[in-house]
Amino acid sequence: MSYIDIVPIGRIEETTLISLKHNLIKAFKIQTRIRNCPIDASAVYDPIRNQYNSSGLLVQLIKDIPSGTLKILGVTELDLFIPIFTFLFGEAQLNGPGALVSAHRLHNPFYGIPEDEGLFENRLLKESIHELGHAFGLIHCFNLRCVMNTSTYVEEIDQKSSNFCRACEQGILHWKNEHLTD
Amino acid sequence: MDHQKVRILIVDDEFSVRDSLYNWFKVEGYHVDTAENGTEALRKLQEGPWDIALLDIKMPGMDGIELQKHIKRIDKTMVIIFITAYATVDTAVEAMKDGAFDYISKPVDPDKLSVLIRNAVNHRRLVAENIQLKQKVEELSLQDEIMGESPQIKKIQEMIEVVAQTDATVLIRGESGTGKELVAQAIHAKSNRRYFPIISINCGSLAEGILESELFGHEKGAFTGAQYKRKGKLEMANGGTIFFDEIGNISPKMQMDLLRVIETKQFTPIGSNKVINVDFRVIAATNTDLEKAVAEKNFREDFYYRLNVFSIPIPPLRERTADTPLLARYFLEKYAKSMNKKVTEISPEAMKVLTQYDWPGNIRELRNTIERALVVVGKKNRIEPEDLNLHALSKQDSTETDSLEDLERVHIQRILEKNDGNISKSAEMLKIDRVTLYNKIKKYNLQR
Repeated sequence: MSYIDIVPIGRIEETTLISLKHNLIKAFKIQTRIRNCPIDASAVYDPIRNQYNSSGLLVQLIKDIPSGTLKILGVTELDLFIPIFTFLFGEAQLNGPGALVSAHRLHNPFYGIPEDEGLFENRLLKESIHELGHAFGLIHCFNLRCVMNTSTYVEEIDQKSSNFCRACEQGILHWKNEHLTD
Repeated sequence: MDHQKVRILIVDDEFSVRDSLYNWFKVEGYHVDTAENGTEALRKLQEGPWDIALLDIKMPGMDGIELQKHIKRIDKTMVIIFITAYATVDTAVEAMKDGAFDYISKPVDPDKLSVLIRNAVNHRRLVAENIQLKQKVEELSLQDEIMGESPQIKKIQEMIEVVAQTDATVLIRGESGTGKELVAQAIHAKSNRRYFPIISINCGSLAEGILESELFGHEKGAFTGAQYKRKGKLEMANGGTIFFDEIGNISPKMQMDLLRVIETKQFTPIGSNKVINVDFRVIAATNTDLEKAVAEKNFREDFYYRLNVFSIPIPPLRERTADTPLLARYFLEKYAKSMNKKVTEISPEAMKVLTQYDWPGNIRELRNTIERALVVVGKKNRIEPEDLNLHALSKQDSTETDSLEDLERVHIQRILEKNDGNISKSAEMLKIDRVTLYNKIKKYNLQR
């Protein structure tokens, strides 16, 4: 059996993780499980920026990959950065095993408006599928409704759907044909 | 420009910057590579063309500013974006003066970088298109129709080459149909102003008020009927060339106005109080005897001298008959191609008719004759004398046996063609009134 592993980094609501798991199974048609993994976020903390280095977390995330794991998705409430950028919604290794998504800037209160749990979970799902899409070899898509369309601010996440366009869907199928035997 | 075809080179001594930008561009679908110093960057630049280079300003050894200079020597169209820390923003601004496209300060907002790269790709595409269009203009400029082997036309070609390299005002003189506008276009196409427009205006065909409005433009409501603001041809020619055709026919007031514009390169549109500065080259053409017009006080002397800086006289076709076969074959090839006809030659008999005819309408008449012949030639593959419709007009055919009526018909047709069908001019030349001319045209069933 092959799995997508969801690895919570820090505290994440269980209901959120379970909802994410079910929706990822629907999106990728691959079994998905929630797995705990020791990640030392303090090692990648930058006190000047008050943020966590995303690439550093990814390295820890893919350090020991269990057999049967196809892809690992780290999910965190931490605010992520890479040195060149002010922030990141997520990061992934193109055609690699690891992907990481930050919920920090997906909550409405970050932008000074009341929380909307449904909207938050929808944003987290889209960004999770998006980053995992990169791990399955997909690059950004020009189709504005496709989940692989690039999002550099939260309104763009809201504008796109949580589905792959036909071309990206084909890309995922192609990856599965190349890498999965069952 | 397709994302996957865009090649981006990242040059930064900091691994984390190179790595993060590499990954970010990779998932965007760009072809991307990295170099950790100027030397490695220059080596990668030799491997193939790059569209965009992101350069760190502060690097050990060769810094970004020095690297930019080397890159510009290799490919001056490459888009260069500097990556800078806050402390080096001033340096980045300096680098932009040396031709860099933009700079980003670390850390950059992902959205800003996304927009910046999109703009850089568009910029690169526009530069490439611009280069292609310039090449196209150069190619088209070479396809001029001022052709011939006669000494007269060779002399004109030499004069065009010489004067095109200067900004001097040119006065082209010649009969109607000799190709004065083509000469003006050739001068423009070979000049440094060729990437800007050449704007032509036929001064002889417009009433003074309309000519004024056409040249100077007007504001909305400047006069009855001026419903919108309109840019004048003088303003449209900015950077390029303005060609005044039939300059000998403009009124004394317009001569004065144009003299002022040519002298000062400034004018005010009708109904406006805003002075507009323009920069254009002036080429004028006339088929009238300007010296006589000056002597008769119909043409301002100062305006005449201002225009007559470099004069190109174009001989009528009858004075360079050696060029007729060449021109005839050129028009045959041109129109056969556009009409999709398989007519490849002109018979020796037809060519004899063409060379013996005196062409009062000059090259324009020759062109029209060949074009008309191609219409009537049917399925034949060569033009014969009967296709030319020149029998009645040919010198050879105006023999002593012709009646007075025949000669009158031929002469009127010739004068009409010479004046492009203009009744007033033709009547004046024939020294008859317009009504008489109309009657004769009707009587002989002549074409205007």
